[in-house]
Amino acid sequence: MINFMLLVSRQGKVRLTKWFNSNWTTKERSKIVKEVSSLVLSRRTKMCNVIEYKELKIVYRRYASLFFIAGIDANDNELLCLEIIHRYVEVLDRYFGNVCELDLIFNFNKAYYILDELLIAGELQEPSKKAVLRVIAQQDSLAEGEEYSVQ
Amino acid sequence: MDTSAQLKQIQSFVNKLGVMRLKDLIKAVRNCKTAADERAVIAKESAFIRTQFKEENNDTRHINVSKLLYIFMLGYPAHFGQIECLKLVASNKFSDKRLGYLGIMLLLDENQEVLTLVTNSLKNDLNHSNMFNVGLALCTLGNISSIEMARDLSSEVEKLLGNTNTYIRKKAALCALRIIRKVPDLMENYVERANKLLNEEKNHAILLTGTSLLTEMCQMDKNVLNDTRKNVPRLVRILRNLITNNFSAEHDVNGVADPFLQVQILRLLRLLGHNNVEASDLMNDVLAQVATNTDNSKNVGNSILYETVLTIMNIESEKSLQVMAINILGRFLSNRDNNIKYVALTTLCQVASILTDSSSLQRHSSTIIDCIKDTDISIRKRAIDLAFILMNRQNIRVLARELLVSLETTTNEEKAKISRRLCECANRYKPNKRWEIDTVCRVLKIAGGYVEQDVINNFIRLVSTSSTELQQYATSKLYNILCKREDNIECQEGLQLATIWCIGEYCDLLLQSPLDDSLANADEDENNTTVTNEIPTENEVVDLLEHLLEGSSVTNKIKQYIIIALIKLTNKLDPGSRGRAISLITKYKTNINLELQQRAVEFTSLDTLSDDIRSVVLDRMPALENIKENRKQNLGVSESSLLSSDEQLDTKNSNDLLGMILGESSSTSSNTKPLEKSSSSSSNIMDLLGDIQMGTSSMPPLTPSNNSSSNNLVNQMDNLNLMNTSIPPKIDQNNSLNNLLSLGNIMQPSSSSTIQPSNSTTSITPSIAEPKKEENVLYYKNGLKIVFDAYNENPIIIALKTKYIADPSYVIDKINLLVAVPKSMKLQINPPSATVCTPDSPINQLIKIANPSKAPIKIRIKLSYATNGRQINEMFDYSSFSESLWT
Repeated sequence: MINFMLLVSRQGKVRLTKWFNSNWTTKERSKIVKEVSSLVLSRRTKMCNVIEYKELKIVYRRYASLFFIAGIDANDNELLCLEIIHRYVEVLDRYFGNVCELDLIFNFNKAYYILDELLIAGELQEPSKKAVLRVIAQQDSLAEGEEYSVQ
Repeated sequence: MDTSAQLKQIQSFVNKLGVMRLKDLIKAVRNCKTAADERAVIAKESAFIRTQFKEENNDTRHINVSKLLYIFMLGYPAHFGQIECLKLVASNKFSDKRLGYLGIMLLLDENQEVLTLVTNSLKNDLNHSNMFNVGLALCTLGNISSIEMARDLSSEVEKLLGNTNTYIRKKAALCALRIIRKVPDLMENYVERANKLLNEEKNHAILLTGTSLLTEMCQMDKNVLNDTRKNVPRLVRILRNLITNNFSAEHDVNGVADPFLQVQILRLLRLLGHNNVEASDLMNDVLAQVATNTDNSKNVGNSILYETVLTIMNIESEKSLQVMAINILGRFLSNRDNNIKYVALTTLCQVASILTDSSSLQRHSSTIIDCIKDTDISIRKRAIDLAFILMNRQNIRVLARELLVSLETTTNEEKAKISRRLCECANRYKPNKRWEIDTVCRVLKIAGGYVEQDVINNFIRLVSTSSTELQQYATSKLYNILCKREDNIECQEGLQLATIWCIGEYCDLLLQSPLDDSLANADEDENNTTVTNEIPTENEVVDLLEHLLEGSSVTNKIKQYIIIALIKLTNKLDPGSRGRAISLITKYKTNINLELQQRAVEFTSLDTLSDDIRSVVLDRMPALENIKENRKQNLGVSESSLLSSDEQLDTKNSNDLLGMILGESSSTSSNTKPLEKSSSSSSNIMDLLGDIQMGTSSMPPLTPSNNSSSNNLVNQMDNLNLMNTSIPPKIDQNNSLNNLLSLGNIMQPSSSSTIQPSNSTTSITPSIAEPKKEENVLYYKNGLKIVFDAYNENPIIIALKTKYIADPSYVIDKINLLVAVPKSMKLQINPPSATVCTPDSPINQLIKIANPSKAPIKIRIKLSYATNGRQINEMFDYSSFSESLWT
């Protein structure tokens, strides 16, 4: 399973944190975020995208100025995890239309909503991009509809 | 639109006036030039949000919570928004709910009491008519469910698993997965429905989540695993359809059909085929098909091939299939993509143990050697692991050379591990003794500051059992290394210790001309050393010791070694140098460290004894031989049999020594026996010797009172004996014992880990007979070790005598142990003898298991305790019980 998912900018700013297991307290979580980000940021481009960290494996990939980082169990498939990360990026890209870091900063809640349609309990719930985008659009219009309606 | 509605809308608009929008806050934060500016902006806004929350303003809650979540993401406190999130969730508006659940997932973790308040809202939404509301609730439950929530809402999720809407069903499946992870007892409620999910062969999302759920269940329960085997043909069919049939754009990734589903199915097949020939036979064909048909040019294809290899190696697959898998790994290894290389190395480490013959791996050893030199630590680490697995008598020279090079560049934590393993392998596969000495010397030179004590002890044993020529060679080699007085060498504590010990023991050899000139030639692996080893003078030797004693990197342990070396030297030096040595020792008679002080006092008074007594006391140590054989014997029998080790020793020398001390110390000897083995006085000393041997082999369980420090005894034999004669009566017994045992505050906590069976030298000699009443380690982490003794009270009742032991300087508090057993067994847990565990006071607890059906025993442990103010919760399974308990 994916234990956590992080989005960290090249400067080390955290753009998203999502936890799928509750083994850690809030304090431990922020320590993990710090340690993992500095591990990932110190990697050179040609190195492999996996780092061993505690009993977990950190799988990450850089997209432009953002690192997408996942902490998976030691016996999980690292290569597939890269595909899951890529899938998330693809959906973001399609949703925002050529996504950039600023989109994710100003619409961080959207980034979370999309992730929630991809993963539950640290497992992938939907292998189809289209299906994810469809339900996100539906929920968006549901929410927007309320904004203008009078209660 | 009537006027009241209009009024309301205007009112709500007015309410929102003066409230900063999320966008504005983000802009303001981004405009901050310094961290202090940012803190100020956040502090101001947080305060504003707080007061708004107090005013219970429904119109602005949405905005404020979303700002608060942003603030939380920046790392500032936001707990005061938890209740507001609950209020949002209770709202009728979807947008409020959506944000509220997001806030709950972010701000709450499982341990917070607020979470119980969420349960009701979740229950409402799980039964809501709008599928997106249900989706939000399932997602939240699936991501943060606690044990209580899982129990409370399980029946709702069960129902939803049969919902007609696939959007809800897929989410319910993963939610169920979280629930059974939290509460395994609930699993049986889901088994049937989970199997049914596989019937929907057209729906990828349902198949994917259903397979994930089943995989989890099969991992947790053997019965479910057996039951699920009936689905193998179906899974095989689904997989085959994926790779052969119709292209579906929706699920295509770079030309590969739904890799996510493929991998998940392969994973489940792996569990189902493990140790089951029938199921494995059904899979062989499709696995071969996947292995040959999957495009290996892209990452996505390789992710499937990787999973396929793992499945092939873990089931009862055909030989030809295994060859295919190894070939895939071979291709992976030579792949230019580092990720592929990494997984190849990882997998090879895992499967190396399964492979009956490693020749297919040896073919790749040059690639592996390249990987040892890789700058990427992930790859290097795996390659080093693999190198150790592949190591044998033929390739050890080559591999050891590479490993030594990598030792210089690797991280400090790694240094300890690699050094230990390298020394172990050097011992096992050495081409000759001299090579082993050279190799360990190099290890100490590079990583002597990080090695554990038993590496040094083993080296000392190695030298002590070598020929005189080699002893001389080793001593002068080490002496010459330290003589260069380079800081980076002198900071290697392990190197210093080994050198000092050798100088103390073999100084006379050091001062002679080489006994065997052929040895003095530059050693094979270190051809750069210019061997202009002049024979040092006595003064130079004492100079070096003095230099080290006053050096910048001296530690108490080094000081102790040096003082012992100095007193040993007095036996071998001219009166002049001897005086210098004594005066160096004398300085420590007033040292603040009790141990040093005591030794210094004892040694100086020893110096005043008559020459013949002194020379016998300070004579060379007997060779520390045959440790493994001794240990075998000792392990096989009970503690008292340590005595038997004396038969293995060349006892002439030691008997002299011992007899003399006994003569002098009979009055106080009972005071100093750390091992509480009262017996005749000569066996007393033999105990010590036995112990010394035990110490070097790092097998602590037999010396209950001193598990971490017995190592030190090795080098301190004389001291032990001396102490008999001269313990000042004012030091109370306990105190002096402790001191004796810990010999200063030396043993780092890390050394206790050397005691774990997995790391200890037992791994070198797997053939050692297991002791009858073994100490099983149930748990060892964070300074808490739980061991147990299992025995049959009668054929049905098994008693587990459990003991909690805290590592030195650890205090474990609030220990709470819960145990679960399979349904066929009954359990009785007696209360523990205490709830606080300190190094001096272990806790005992008796657990009894009734096993009328004589099934293999497995238990699930839920353990919670506090250490260093940290609350730790653990859950794990344990099933490594001896079969004799139920057969």
